[in-house]
Amino acid sequence: MILTSEEQSMISGGLGKSSQTAMQILAALGRIYGAERLIPVRSVQIAGVSYDNLGDAGLEWLAEMADGGGYVRVPATLNPAGMDLENWRALGIPADFAEPQLRVIEAFTRMGVTPTCTCTPYLAGNLPAFGDSVAWAESSAVCYANSVIGARTNREGGPSALAAALTGRTPEYGMHLEANRRPGVTVEVRARLGDTADFGALGKVIGDRLETAGQKPIPWIAGPDSPGTEQLKSLCASIATFGGAAMFHWRNVTPEAGKYDPPDEHIAVTERELRAARDSLTDASAAETDFVSLGCPHLTLAEVERIAGLLDGRRVAKEFWITTSRPVKREADRRGYSEIIERSGAKFAVDTCCVVAPIRGRFQAMATDSAKACYYAASKNRFRTRFLDFDAAVMEALAG
Amino acid sequence: MSGRLSAGTSPNTLLRGRTIHPGRAEGEALVSRMGISFFGGVDPETGIVVEKGHDLEGRCVAGRVLVFPAGKGSTVGSYTLYRLSKAGKAPAAILNADCEPITAVGCILAGIPCVDRLPIDRIAAGVRVRVDGDDGTAEIVTG
Repeated sequence: MILTSEEQSMISGGLGKSSQTAMQILAALGRIYGAERLIPVRSVQIAGVSYDNLGDAGLEWLAEMADGGGYVRVPATLNPAGMDLENWRALGIPADFAEPQLRVIEAFTRMGVTPTCTCTPYLAGNLPAFGDSVAWAESSAVCYANSVIGARTNREGGPSALAAALTGRTPEYGMHLEANRRPGVTVEVRARLGDTADFGALGKVIGDRLETAGQKPIPWIAGPDSPGTEQLKSLCASIATFGGAAMFHWRNVTPEAGKYDPPDEHIAVTERELRAARDSLTDASAAETDFVSLGCPHLTLAEVERIAGLLDGRRVAKEFWITTSRPVKREADRRGYSEIIERSGAKFAVDTCCVVAPIRGRFQAMATDSAKACYYAASKNRFRTRFLDFDAAVMEALAG
Repeated sequence: MSGRLSAGTSPNTLLRGRTIHPGRAEGEALVSRMGISFFGGVDPETGIVVEKGHDLEGRCVAGRVLVFPAGKGSTVGSYTLYRLSKAGKAPAAILNADCEPITAVGCILAGIPCVDRLPIDRIAAGVRVRVDGDDGTAEIVTG
């Protein structure tokens, strides 16, 4: 791989210890994947923020990178942390978790990273343009950036995303190359798609098919012409969780779909399969459900408004978490939605979510509209799950 | 490209591969024919392989030249290698058939020499191996 003179001075330690480590990471990844060079990136999204996932090892390394003088060269935001950074006590987060979690955030902040902790950076001030090269971690955001925005990113891990932030570069391979963005399978949707939950189920059906096929062609989806931001982010989260997909195209919806003819290889998704996928994500009854969580991926302002409308003047009967980014929460405060929601007894869990918070064992069954959240609730937190439409999940929280 | 033997007079066998992370180390080979998931699969404080049913289960990686086909599992495994090095329990070097990003990034964080694209099935358990991460070679010491 060819390095510029500035890149060479970074890798030889001329620009400090942290830049050296960062450049070593990028060079090694470039070698492994056969990149010919590094390319500049416009923005970075860093994963590996929750102390629940990082542990002391991750915290120590981040502190060492900050001590070593690491500082971002491009705008960078963070994935959700393990707790609401302001309101963690009310959510039952123990102090011996909060303390190291805050030290993780402090290390990132010292390196110039914006401590907006969200899986939807594109809704919170980190929005690339079409064609931009970026280095994003967080599988749902990676899929959204490639598919919906038309920016270009591989599925970065925590250290490689931080390395990209500290150097402003990433190795040119994978999704950065036009040839690797070409679709390989046409997916014809023969089912009616309603709200976010249906799009999550669709992502599971397609993702499971890609996973079983062994090879993972990029899907070119022929479906309804008008999914909105909320539906697309639900699909992105699900297709990345179940199929490891970094990208899909959707006819007349995503910006690169029109570049290609529908691939010859063809699969269809039927109403029956969609129903089966929905059913497979539910193994708890309403009576068993003691936890409701909405906001995987983090809620848009419109979704927060919708929850406020449904909760207005009522009281919730179950623990109900509303997970979103700090900028969306601030706007919800300004518009009065937060007051309505909090008066109902529901709780905002800002900067975090039900996937990365340390809540294993706290609940027996969770209701949500997110297929991704169901997957991690079962595998990571050992909860049973109830997969519902968005409004039905809110009603579940109200029902005693 | 890989697997060429040296034509020198030394009785040692020189295996040529690709540099993943530079540095030199020598140690006794601990050889697995299975993938290793450092996160969850190796105890970060003791260096002991704890994955159930793994062919190295119960063995300690500390100070050894750890030879295995490729890493697997969670990307958090990179931090486990870093933690092992802080605890003084890291392998002296890592040799892979095909290195992947979890192991590569972990070796960089932890400062562990790492070479891949080697014919690792030529390395028998327990032999001494001299790893030169700068040159991308591993020498089986027989003399």
